[in-house]
Amino acid sequence: MPPTLAPTPTTTPHRTAFAEGLTRLRTAATTEPGRLRIIGAVLAALVLAFGAVTAWQMTDRSAAADDVLHKSQPLSSAAADIYRSLADANTAASSGFLAGGQETKDSRDRYERDIRTAAAGLITAANSSDAGTPAADTIARLNRLLPEYKGLVERARTYNRQGFPVGGAYLRYANEKMQKDMLPAAEDLYKKENQRLAADYADARPYPWPAIALGVAALAALAWAQHRHYRRTHRVLNQGLVAATAATTVVLLWLVVGHSLARASLNDSYDHGVRSLNVLHDARIASLKARGNENLTLVARGAETVKVGGRTYDAYDYDFGKDMDLLGRTLTQARGLADDAGGEQPVTAAVGNMTEWKKRHATARTADEDGFYEQALDKVIGAPGSAGAKGATGECFDSVDANLAKALTHEQGEFQRAAGDGLDAMSGLPVGAAVLALLGAAGALLGIGRRLSEYR
Amino acid sequence: MEGGEAMEGGGVTMWARRARAGLRGWGGVAAMAAVCALALAFVLLLPLTQSRGADDAQTGGQGVAEGVHARAEDCKDPQKQTLSPSAADGPTIEAIKNRTGARRKLIVGVDQNSYRWGYRDPNNEGAQLEGFDIDLAHRIAADILGDPDAVQFKAIPTDQRIPAIQDGRVDMVVRTMTISCARIGEVAFSAPYFRTGQQVLAPKSSAITGYDGSLAGKRICTAAGSTAYTTLEEDRRTGRLPASADISTTVPNQLDCLVRLQLGEVDAVVTDGALAASQAAQDPTVELKGKAFTTEFYGVAMKKDADDLVRRVNQTLVDYGRNGWQTSYDTWLSATLGKDSTASKPPAPQYLRTS
Repeated sequence: MPPTLAPTPTTTPHRTAFAEGLTRLRTAATTEPGRLRIIGAVLAALVLAFGAVTAWQMTDRSAAADDVLHKSQPLSSAAADIYRSLADANTAASSGFLAGGQETKDSRDRYERDIRTAAAGLITAANSSDAGTPAADTIARLNRLLPEYKGLVERARTYNRQGFPVGGAYLRYANEKMQKDMLPAAEDLYKKENQRLAADYADARPYPWPAIALGVAALAALAWAQHRHYRRTHRVLNQGLVAATAATTVVLLWLVVGHSLARASLNDSYDHGVRSLNVLHDARIASLKARGNENLTLVARGAETVKVGGRTYDAYDYDFGKDMDLLGRTLTQARGLADDAGGEQPVTAAVGNMTEWKKRHATARTADEDGFYEQALDKVIGAPGSAGAKGATGECFDSVDANLAKALTHEQGEFQRAAGDGLDAMSGLPVGAAVLALLGAAGALLGIGRRLSEYR
Repeated sequence: MEGGEAMEGGGVTMWARRARAGLRGWGGVAAMAAVCALALAFVLLLPLTQSRGADDAQTGGQGVAEGVHARAEDCKDPQKQTLSPSAADGPTIEAIKNRTGARRKLIVGVDQNSYRWGYRDPNNEGAQLEGFDIDLAHRIAADILGDPDAVQFKAIPTDQRIPAIQDGRVDMVVRTMTISCARIGEVAFSAPYFRTGQQVLAPKSSAITGYDGSLAGKRICTAAGSTAYTTLEEDRRTGRLPASADISTTVPNQLDCLVRLQLGEVDAVVTDGALAASQAAQDPTVELKGKAFTTEFYGVAMKKDADDLVRRVNQTLVDYGRNGWQTSYDTWLSATLGKDSTASKPPAPQYLRTS
């Protein structure tokens, strides 16, 4: 329909050309061959438009689903890992301080492993973030702070070995850097990556209404054209038009069914994957914070207090209580979200570890409040020489952490399966829609062309 | 504020220049006289504008500062304002003795970061605190409860010492705490058990020579709530410390200053000589610069109304001075402060407080 494509009539010659075209069209519409030509053009255009819009919308959606699966979710997990390993490294360092000069090989290895994980996570995050974005700035800041932090901890170790308390001062300074600069930055990164994940989901899930509407319009037009054909010629079938109808119907069904399946799988990957993963990450961070505060209670030795409701509490122990409450809440949530035994079992185990942790923590606190500092220390980081902090709260923390790691691996698998299904349901659709639409348009033109040849 | 001074100064010199130009025709003598008069006025006025500037900056703290001032003027030799010794029990000691079971302990606020005063040797098996202050705390516990180990140590940051006593979180604080006029209004002190004075600590390579003009433009670190900080603030106002010295870095504990010094975040540390020596002992590249520029005494701090406990601690200190003090000094401090303890020995106690 070239006339409708004419630019806005701003100048006189254009207006004349437009008017002329309109007149010619009007003249053509008065004869049957002219009408058939117009009908053929409209049908072909509708089918082609349907195919094009379908291909375009589904390319967008499958790209977004691909991002969910291969980019934003892995990045969100990587950011959670960065946070976790930083917090865990800090906890390992403060445990090392509590244990004195005889830092165990375990706690040293754990610290080194955490630093390596954090550094690797930062590289992954940096590779897939665009320069100049807020996420890239945060990653750059963390990259700068990590070696600074490590330098402070190494100095603390050196002084500790010489028996100088300035080692403890370095550790406090390192801890301050971690708590005030690094962990907030890592949390920020995690939030930003989660926003990106949510945005990708939002791009992948909505129904492609324009494509569906065009498909319905094309089918309606084809039906009307065939009905008109039947009324005029009493011939039931026009092969070209039937082929066009079939191709359009296939594309429309493929579109609706394929997208619905993909949407269902994506919803599933969100409800049973991402939501579980988020809750489990939150639980893991809460348990890490609780462990950090438990250690700091002993490092600070009553130095900091808070007044709540007229009562004075040890500031770190008060925060420990709050972290444990959060851990309890998130674990309950995680158990509610777990939809199979593989997901539920480690969470249930973690709840058991947490209960035992609270019990042991209470006896450690009593010992400390009664002035038996060393007993309290043994109950928190384990007696010197005992492997793996046996009988201490540290053992419970490690078990909570290990169980949460197991649950996270499971949910990560669930997520990947569901999101992968969603992506598969959409694969081939854009190309298929384009090819079928071309065939359909050709069919419509051929069908109309056959009718038209009868007038020659 | 500094900008204001500069502008005022600029106004005066400009006026001087203009006056000089106007008087040029009158001959040398008259012009010289006028310039001399202006210079004199300049010199006399400058301190005035400066002190006004300092006050402006302090509008918030002025009332407090004046209060401390007034008390400081009434108060002379705060280390003598304590009660006479007595071994009699009173309500405070009864309450401590009535603690039952594992809690029958003296709760003492100490430091765990002051090398050789109150600290944890990281290489020791176990986590006991040790040092000169810790020895004294054990001795007081032995005297009151009959067991040197009946102590519960609580570590407290410098600026929490007074609140911890006032809130009853600790029975007493034995933590290199200077007996000062400002503090005797808030807590009760024992007789002095140690003599020291503020000193400057800086890298050996530094151009700082002591508590003098060489601190101009330097960044100085102190512990928040310490007498060192109060002294610096006061001296900067009176001009004893160059106004360009930056004293804004304060940390929870004096030892954190050594960290900042080593990281190059500050140029010098000001703290008690006794503690500065402990810092220098941990880092051979720093040293004490110049002599101590104040004289201060450490005392055991207790609740304001705990008269019986104050008298009891004073009694302990009398005995400790005869038997224990020197041994503890030799064990912990002779390495950092020198074998001769004369300069550190507290003066013969006076008990001028009666109520």
